[in-house]
Amino acid sequence: MDLEYGERYERFRAEVRAFLAAHRERAPRGGFRAGGGARDASTAWQRLLIEHGYAARTIPRAYGGYGADPDLLETVVIDEELSRAGVPRGLSGQGPAMLVPTLLEHGSEEQKRRWIPPTVRGELSWCQGYSEPGAGSDLASLQTRAKEDGDDFLINGQKIWTSGAQAAHMMFVLVRTELDAEKHAGISYLLLPMDTPGIEVRPLRTMTGGAEFNQVFFTDVRVPKANVVGARGEGWRVANTTLRHERNMLGNAAQTESLLLELVALMQTESRNGARALQSPILRDGLLRLQARAETMKRHSMRLLTCALRGESPGVAGLVVKLQGCQLNHDIAALALDVMGELGALYDRSKYERARGMWQFQYMFSLGLIIGGGTAQIQKNIIAERGLGLPREPKPVGAS
Amino acid sequence: MDFGLSEEQRLLEETFRSWLAEHAPIARVRELVSRGAEGLGALWPELAELGAAGVLVPEEHGGSGLGVLDAGLIAQALGRAVTPAPFLGSAVMAPTALLAAGTPAQRAEWLPRLATGETCIGIAATEVYSRREGAGVRLEGGRLFGTALFALDVPGADAILVAAGADDLLLVPLDAERLAIERLSSVDATRALAELVFDGVPPAEALGGPGGAGAAIERMLDAGRAAVAGDLVGACEAMLDQAVEYAKQRTQFGRVIGSFQAVKHLCAEMAAELEPARSLFWYAAHALGALPDEAPLAVAHAKAHLSEVATAIAKTSTEVHGGIGFTEEQGLHFWFKRIGLDRQLLGGPEVLRERAAALQGWAA
Repeated sequence: MDLEYGERYERFRAEVRAFLAAHRERAPRGGFRAGGGARDASTAWQRLLIEHGYAARTIPRAYGGYGADPDLLETVVIDEELSRAGVPRGLSGQGPAMLVPTLLEHGSEEQKRRWIPPTVRGELSWCQGYSEPGAGSDLASLQTRAKEDGDDFLINGQKIWTSGAQAAHMMFVLVRTELDAEKHAGISYLLLPMDTPGIEVRPLRTMTGGAEFNQVFFTDVRVPKANVVGARGEGWRVANTTLRHERNMLGNAAQTESLLLELVALMQTESRNGARALQSPILRDGLLRLQARAETMKRHSMRLLTCALRGESPGVAGLVVKLQGCQLNHDIAALALDVMGELGALYDRSKYERARGMWQFQYMFSLGLIIGGGTAQIQKNIIAERGLGLPREPKPVGAS
Repeated sequence: MDFGLSEEQRLLEETFRSWLAEHAPIARVRELVSRGAEGLGALWPELAELGAAGVLVPEEHGGSGLGVLDAGLIAQALGRAVTPAPFLGSAVMAPTALLAAGTPAQRAEWLPRLATGETCIGIAATEVYSRREGAGVRLEGGRLFGTALFALDVPGADAILVAAGADDLLLVPLDAERLAIERLSSVDATRALAELVFDGVPPAEALGGPGGAGAAIERMLDAGRAAVAGDLVGACEAMLDQAVEYAKQRTQFGRVIGSFQAVKHLCAEMAAELEPARSLFWYAAHALGALPDEAPLAVAHAKAHLSEVATAIAKTSTEVHGGIGFTEEQGLHFWFKRIGLDRQLLGGPEVLRERAAALQGWAA
């Protein structure tokens, strides 16, 4: 055990701090999700980060990155320092965090050169076309079809739970190209411009009252065959790379820690019958239970980071973060609502509503994340089967 | 940055784990506990030989001079095998107290004999954090009066470390005059608890001088709590492993029950709780040596959280076993009961969460 980063990384940290001291006023305010003119500021900031190696750090220079050797601790130091300075970190989201690693692993040279540079610069945004109304947990049963037509495919079908589809320039999408093949073997991974004729995006309203997701409909949408990533029929394997990257994004311990700090702040200010929430033994006990769990996930992420640094497999310990982290976020929001009591039920900019409804939104949205990215039940299957070696459920007779 | 066990720590873990699997399987544990107090100490000479007794004792006093995490890993192996042994009192809490508040002469007198296992020291400090039944020990005119409940590892000990209030720690020979000892039977037959009644007992010596042992008592309790957290991790490992093994071989409805999602999800839930909790245990035990400012809060959280996780795993593992898990013969109850006592030892979850609140200035 040694929780120090060591001299080399502390020197690196000093470099990051020096960069921030010199450039932090160029950072955009309100993060990357802010609309309008904020976008230009964001891409300028992203370019600056890449230039100094604080974004797209390990992406080769030929593909628009900084070209450093992979070093996980450097990445951790960068994240820590950018967060501490309160400036946006390098772009994440579906393009940089999910598509780019997938292309690096499975893309052709031409695809890498064409798609990765504008994606890491933030000029090209992506959405993910995986789930369908009939293919959720059983994703491989997807039915959106791509029929050959000369050098192109013609796509027909429907995707759902597509976040960011209204704004995205591109979609990476799973379609069935080999109609006669076994279900996992018939899928291809395609790259698709969202302005292609025949694509219709309809916002999907959710229980939060917002539309964080969309449905996307395809009618004879034409895509060049050259846009297949990996080989035809290899899409399932390619997609699993992306899913692995997605699950690493969910259940992040640092986000949970800051949510817990907001709960503490809430309990220090909210009061009922003249007593602050933190003085209630019942609410305080609830807070301490959650704090222990948040602390647990923080230490667990340190352990998993260490496994990655050592090049060791964490085993079953590496399969539990999404399940535990998402549930914990939901439970933190649930206690916050109880702390506010009747006020916690207020929403839609009501008088007396707290934090613009953030906790009620968080309570609902975190439930969505328990389901999305592989439901809690699918996660438990993975833990039991891959982690503990329990046998798979026998297939029903007659199922493929 | 390296938050994981070292090669040496893995070896330590594996050494105890395999030795106990071979020499103290559940049949041997049954035989030992049937012999009562004498049986509870029967494995100690051999465990001491392996290094359990001297793990925290500095090399100059004949021990291996390791840290609380290393001691916690031994506790984990003992919990995994539900081993009866005076580890918590003699190998963790007494050496911690002696190192924190003992004079050079006191250390030189006691630590070498603790490290070889030839001497054992019991611990009576419950009333520092939890007073029941009017218990409490006070020092008056140089003599001890009052009652200490749930004293640990007293049978087979030569002396007992007794906390009188929060700031005095006294060493009392087991055969002291005017000291009455009565065993308290708990649900867990693998550990000994005692009631001590002091009726003007003259202590042999004081640690840290009059009123000067407060910090040593806190440190002793926290080291003990970290070790109990390790014991819980080990007991949970054993219950999870047994549940998974059973689910892989038990057949009903023409299938092994582990292929039913209703059963495999119970197993997954146990693993999903246990593995992160193990990380918290590592951190708390490591903090006691390396991060003294953070340690008390980390230890309170670790012991409280492990108690909750273990209680759930004890129930869930038994349910995965179905009816057989409820029988005496299957022996699963040894872990269930070990967890039941561990949960309350050195402060139950509610006591420790209140402590965690107080440490952060949140208490009422």
